[in-house]
Amino acid sequence: MSSILTCNNLSKHFGGKKALDNINLNIEGGRIIGLLGPNGSGKTTFIKLCNELLTPTSGELKIMENIPGVETKKVVSYLPEKNYLNDWMRVSEIIRMFQDFYRDFNAEKAYDMLKRLNISPAERLKTLSKGTKEKVQLILVMSREAKLYLLDEPIGGVDPAARDYILDTILGNYQETATIIISTHLISDIEKILDEIIFLKDGRVVLTKSVDEIRDQYGKSVDALFREVFKC
Amino acid sequence: MSWDLKSDRPVYSQLIDQIGIRIFSGKYAPGSKLPSVRELAQEAAVNPNTMQKALSILEEDGLLYTNRTSGRFITEDTKMIQQAKQKLAQQQISEFLEKMKNLGFGKTEILSIITEMLEEAKK
Repeated sequence: MSSILTCNNLSKHFGGKKALDNINLNIEGGRIIGLLGPNGSGKTTFIKLCNELLTPTSGELKIMENIPGVETKKVVSYLPEKNYLNDWMRVSEIIRMFQDFYRDFNAEKAYDMLKRLNISPAERLKTLSKGTKEKVQLILVMSREAKLYLLDEPIGGVDPAARDYILDTILGNYQETATIIISTHLISDIEKILDEIIFLKDGRVVLTKSVDEIRDQYGKSVDALFREVFKC
Repeated sequence: MSWDLKSDRPVYSQLIDQIGIRIFSGKYAPGSKLPSVRELAQEAAVNPNTMQKALSILEEDGLLYTNRTSGRFITEDTKMIQQAKQKLAQQQISEFLEKMKNLGFGKTEILSIITEMLEEAKK
C-alpha cells in the first residue's frame, strides 16, 4: 500500500519548548491509527502541522508527496479539537457551506447521519448542546470522501451511547484506501477499531505497534499498557 | 448473539473463535453466504482489516471459502465442521482440567463432580 503521510526528522519548538522533537513516521493507506499520549505530549501540535495551522521548526512532513497546503487540504478531512463553526448558522446552511468548500463532500451522507442521530437540519448551532455540536462536526468531517481523516479528540464530549454510534459512523464511512488518525486519551473506547497505535511522550514517538501485537506480546490491552508507560 | 470481545487478547483471534462458534452452532449454516467484511466489521465494531485477517485465517483452516465473484461462504463439508468443533471442545476441556488441577483436584474427583452436576441438571 502506498504511503499517505511521511515525517522526516520533524520538529516543532515553541520558544525553548520542544513540542515535537525529531519525529520520523511513515503512515500507509487503509489504516486506522490511534495517536495516543498524555496531555501536552504533542498530539494536537502534530495534527496542526498536518493542516498547515503550524509550520515545522525543522524537518519535513508530507501528505501524499505534498507539503501541507492547498493540495493536501483537498484530500485531508480535519476535525479540530474545538468548535470553529459559526453559532448563528443553521445545520443545513453549514452543510451548504461545506459543499461549496469541498469537492468531495457528500451532502446526502450528511443528512442521512443527522437523521440517524435525530438532529434537525433546521436547528441553529447555538441552540444545540455541546455534545450535539460535536456530533454535527464529526458528521461534516466524515461526509467527505477524503484520503486522510485527522480526528482530534472526536469522542471527548459525547455520552457513551453516542460514542458507540460515532465509532460506527467512522467505521461505516471511510473508504478502504483512506487512513484515519484519531487522537484521544479515551483508549479503551476505541482500541478495538484501531490497526496501530503511536505513543507520544514529551514530543517524541516512544512506541508504534499494531494493537494485536501489543496484546500478543504484553498480554494486556493498549489501555493497560498506556497506563503503565505513562504512569505518573 | 452479540460480539463479546475481551481487552487482553488479540482481536483477530477472538473473532476467529466467535465466528467459529457461529458456524458450529448453526447460526451460519454450512454452504451459506457470509456477510461482507465491512458488514461484519461494523456489526462487531472492529476494524475491517482485523476482520479481514480473521476471515483469511478461517479460510486457510478450511472453514470458509471464497468464490471469486460472489463472496465468502461457509464450507459445505459438515465432517470438517464437526472436526473443528471437536477440536474446540477438547481445547476448552483441557483448559478446564488444568484449572481443576491447580485447585488440587484429582482425576476421579473431577469426574465425580461432573457426573453429580450432570445428574443434578437432569432433574
